[in-house]
Amino acid sequence: MNIYVLMKRTFDTEEKISISGGRINEDGAEFIINPYDEYAIEEAIQVRDAEGGEVTVVSVGSEEAEKQLRTALAMGADKAVLINIEDDIEDGDQFTTAKILAEYLKDKEADLIIGGNVAIDGGSGQVGPRVADQLGIPYVTTITKLEINGETVTVTRDVEGDSEVIETSLPVLVTAQQGLNEPRYPSLPGIMKAKKKPLDELELDDLDLEEDDVEAKTKTIEIYLPPKKEAGKVLQGDLSDQIKELVNLLHTEAKVI
Amino acid sequence: MARKVLTLGEVRDGALRNVSFETIGAAKIAAEGGEVVSVLIGNDVKSLGAELIQYGADRVVVVEDEKLVQYTPDGYSQALMTVIDGEKPEGLIFGHTALGKDLAPKIASKLQSGLISDATSVEEAGGNLVFTRPIYSGKAFEKKIVTDGLVFATIRPNNIAPLAKDESRSGEVSSLQADIKDLRTVIKEVVRKASEGVDLSEAKVVIAGGRGVKSEDGFEPLKELASVLGGAVGASRGACDAEYCDYSLQIGQTGKVVTPDLYIACGISGAIQHLAGMSNSKVIVAINKDPEANIFKVADYGIVGDLFEVVPMLTEEFRKLKVHS
Repeated sequence: MNIYVLMKRTFDTEEKISISGGRINEDGAEFIINPYDEYAIEEAIQVRDAEGGEVTVVSVGSEEAEKQLRTALAMGADKAVLINIEDDIEDGDQFTTAKILAEYLKDKEADLIIGGNVAIDGGSGQVGPRVADQLGIPYVTTITKLEINGETVTVTRDVEGDSEVIETSLPVLVTAQQGLNEPRYPSLPGIMKAKKKPLDELELDDLDLEEDDVEAKTKTIEIYLPPKKEAGKVLQGDLSDQIKELVNLLHTEAKVI
Repeated sequence: MARKVLTLGEVRDGALRNVSFETIGAAKIAAEGGEVVSVLIGNDVKSLGAELIQYGADRVVVVEDEKLVQYTPDGYSQALMTVIDGEKPEGLIFGHTALGKDLAPKIASKLQSGLISDATSVEEAGGNLVFTRPIYSGKAFEKKIVTDGLVFATIRPNNIAPLAKDESRSGEVSSLQADIKDLRTVIKEVVRKASEGVDLSEAKVVIAGGRGVKSEDGFEPLKELASVLGGAVGASRGACDAEYCDYSLQIGQTGKVVTPDLYIACGISGAIQHLAGMSNSKVIVAINKDPEANIFKVADYGIVGDLFEVVPMLTEEFRKLKVHS
């Protein structure tokens, strides 16, 4: 089985967020594998271990993503590919990323492509379905279970809390939802082995793409932090008075009831 | 610049979801005076078209087929692309729902267009249509514009107001035949776990329980309060992990994102992952025994106390208010 994982290096959103020069301040921030992509990597490894084959983890980004790709290799992926767009593209969007990935994947004869259902930084969740559409293969998003039986693939999809059992066939692209598995931590031997595993680096030229081909269709014109919320009012006094006061406040001050 | 904008109506259990009307509200802004056409896809859904007109759509185009009873990306994209080929819109607005999130990127790919996902507002500013959307799990916002191609966005439910319903409005509801074939994903079974009644992601009032609820039964007082306020019950991941309730109720970074008018957090400490799912609610009330709980930092009003004491009293007080008003 020829398995590809789409991985994004993301800002750890548990970090404090600040803005400088109109952008999110990344100085000293922690960067991680997008948590949903960790599920994707884990699932890919499990499928490979059961079915045989190879797992290649692909990331579109800058040289800095090498660290997260090495982590994926240490978890057990076989190969990693960094498509480094740092010098070519200043502000890409989901159209950009999907087009690059699709261009890379088009002749790879992937049986299974797995990504996270959304990245926790940008939060768009577009890249997976876009890539599948461009490759002409079916997709299922937000999956919590994956079973492969020959060419038949049965997945459980999370749909706003309900679940759907969906049957499809290889090749297919799926995106991972929390609950799909428990991603492993890289082991020490895994980390040692990862150093020797191939990590290829490509640029747009290698994919026969021009900057114009992948130029973003949307643009961010401003990034800002939500207005600081004033400390709320913790009610005081006798509990029954607090209850009366709260209902009154919700009714007359906040006017939500 | 006036443009023609298509919206996608969403049907659940035989009725239009509220987000269908919100997409029309957003489309009216995006159309800048142009025509707003709502699309309804399914089987036996044409009768719902009139309501979309009452909420402001100028026309409704219905695509019906037995293969469209359930949503599949292939079926719906074939139906929608047939409409798009005929209508040639300059804008598209869907809800940022399970369906919209799944379908919109595929349509954007087919149209080779951009897509602004999960917008919480849209306005005309300085000659541009500006969409605002939360990023970094709701800890920051960005304003985005389309620089090339059509204006395409999905909107987060409960954020963009629908227009007032006008029952005197009328408009054309037409049917379009689409050739639906080769569905590559087949739904074998649907397991309903989400609570009956009020849809959590569209609820105006959400009563959420955390670890402090202590047991499955501990959710009962919350359910009662929700029913008095016509709201929905949600939960923190902690409560789901402890098996007090189903994961379908989970609110947070990995669960649902909700923005009700009123969010009452009961026995929820306020972990950052939970805040990502609810911090943009209009009014937040926190009930927690621990005065140091993080949830009080985002709450508008707080009561330090035992939820099992506070919630029933609150239910009683709201009941009185409802009787008097």
